Amino acid sequence: MNPTGFFRRFGWPVLLVILAALPIVGIVGEGFLSHVLILVLLNAAMAQAWNIIGGYGGQVSFGHSVFFGIGAYGAAYAVCVSETTPWPGVLIGALLAALVAILVSYPCFKLKGHYFAIATFAIVEIFNRLFMIWDWVGGAVGLDYTILEDGWKNFTWSVDKRGYYYGILIIFALVFSLVRWISRSRAGYYLRAIREGQETAESLGVNSTGMKLAAMALSAFLAALCGAFYAQYNFRVDPPMVMSLDMSMKFVLVTILGGIGTFRGPLLGAIVLVPLQEYSRAYLSRLGSGVDLIIFGLIIVLMMEFQPGGIMGIIQHYSDSKKRTSRRRGVTEASS
Amino acid sequence: MSAILSVRNVSMQFGALMANKDVSFDVEPGTVVGLIGPNGAGKTTLFNCVAGFYKPSAGSILFHGEDITGMPSYRVARKGLARTFQVVRPLKEMTVLENIMVGAYMSHGDTKRALAFAEECMRTCFLEEWRDKPSGDMTIGNKKRLEIARALATGPKMLLLDEAVAGLTSTEVKEMVDVIKRLKATGLTILMVEHIMEAIMPIADKIVVLAHGEKIAEGIPGDVVRNNEVITAYLGKKYAEGMAKGHGSRS
Repeated sequence: MNPTGFFRRFGWPVLLVILAALPIVGIVGEGFLSHVLILVLLNAAMAQAWNIIGGYGGQVSFGHSVFFGIGAYGAAYAVCVSETTPWPGVLIGALLAALVAILVSYPCFKLKGHYFAIATFAIVEIFNRLFMIWDWVGGAVGLDYTILEDGWKNFTWSVDKRGYYYGILIIFALVFSLVRWISRSRAGYYLRAIREGQETAESLGVNSTGMKLAAMALSAFLAALCGAFYAQYNFRVDPPMVMSLDMSMKFVLVTILGGIGTFRGPLLGAIVLVPLQEYSRAYLSRLGSGVDLIIFGLIIVLMMEFQPGGIMGIIQHYSDSKKRTSRRRGVTEASS
Repeated sequence: MSAILSVRNVSMQFGALMANKDVSFDVEPGTVVGLIGPNGAGKTTLFNCVAGFYKPSAGSILFHGEDITGMPSYRVARKGLARTFQVVRPLKEMTVLENIMVGAYMSHGDTKRALAFAEECMRTCFLEEWRDKPSGDMTIGNKKRLEIARALATGPKMLLLDEAVAGLTSTEVKEMVDVIKRLKATGLTILMVEHIMEAIMPIADKIVVLAHGEKIAEGIPGDVVRNNEVITAYLGKKYAEGMAKGHGSRS
């Protein structure tokens, strides 16, 4: 078996085992590196959740911070208002996010291409305002966690980050495994067919509206799980923090940088972008806030200019040219 | 009822334009029916009504005796009525085999069997050597055969071909005619819209002629080409009158 074939088959489980072993060998524990690794996995999971509808399905949504926010508020509401564990809030939040995704997307799916994207922009604004003035969920102040006992019951750890690390690793593994399975099944083919030509897909028996709604609901459900994690990790939630265009952009940009509509792209995007963002924020902060965003923007512009396929596009380019050389060699060997 | 497809008094109006006016015809199972007519005769409009892309303003379309008028196109496809597009629409970023797989998933739920069937349809349409190439990179002739392979993979009872040979070179036309003959031999019912008479005459069992949105003739190819109204529609009144006189003086 050649190395590419090996990676295709075993790369994914091997990667999961390595990631699960990091805390055991002491790489993840306390400190900044652990924080960065957690954010890499979180952003990768968010981007991959978005990739289902935005990448495979080709419906570029700028509305995912709404679903992320509903998930975050679900967990925070359970902890801060109902004063229970976050778990029922996580589940209810994720289900609500899926429901909202269906209700909101149904009219938006009548629009195509850029018009769909623009409509989703508006939806973020609507939800942001709504949560700002809604006292039931804390209004503009948001919800602040009180001090809780450490452990899985409250999904809270005050110093040691290993609990959070395993928590996000589970979400990461869930999202990526689901997408891996979908991309190789009928649903994956149908989503890509819709992206490449909706009318053509319909002529081949694909119920495109139903398919897009299902993909959006799943995507929103997974985004909400990430949001719940985010609230638990930061001990608080407020509208600008979770339901904003900034947050929506993260879903989109990480995926685009890594490679839209590919399985590995969201992880690669997060690996490049998150450390860059966190370290530049930490070390360049004396230059004023927003330096990380400037670097962020610059990379995206350069990437769009030279390789719209993202990091995966670059990899594809090199492996193609390598394949071509080896094929040529193969032909000469056969003829000699 | 013996007809597999019945078009009953179908009219289609876009604003003030009457694209189809009271058109009726039947397609018998296992036959190849050609829908022809000069440019702007309303062939593609009628075709789109049958395929569920338009809802006709009046009239009905029966498939196996069931009314499918105005049914969404994906449901029409699931009933067993598969179409191709006149302007080819490959799913560009997907390979040729993946394109056909999308269709094959309709007839075979399981991935393994869908794959096997997709490969079979690919061979029927002479596309083996393009299997793993992006479908956007092919020539127009290959793309047109991909349209057919994809439709075929849905396991249709009847195939709707929209100008399958338009814009092809003479070699490509020959390849395409071979494919259609192969399909006809398997007993598949085919309704084909065609602009070029030469391409359709050797294959069709029956020809329906449209002009200005109305049906002006229907019959076996040999009769239709001698029909005065058809000649007028295609070649103009003067030519037709000349032909008629010519015939008259000879008889």
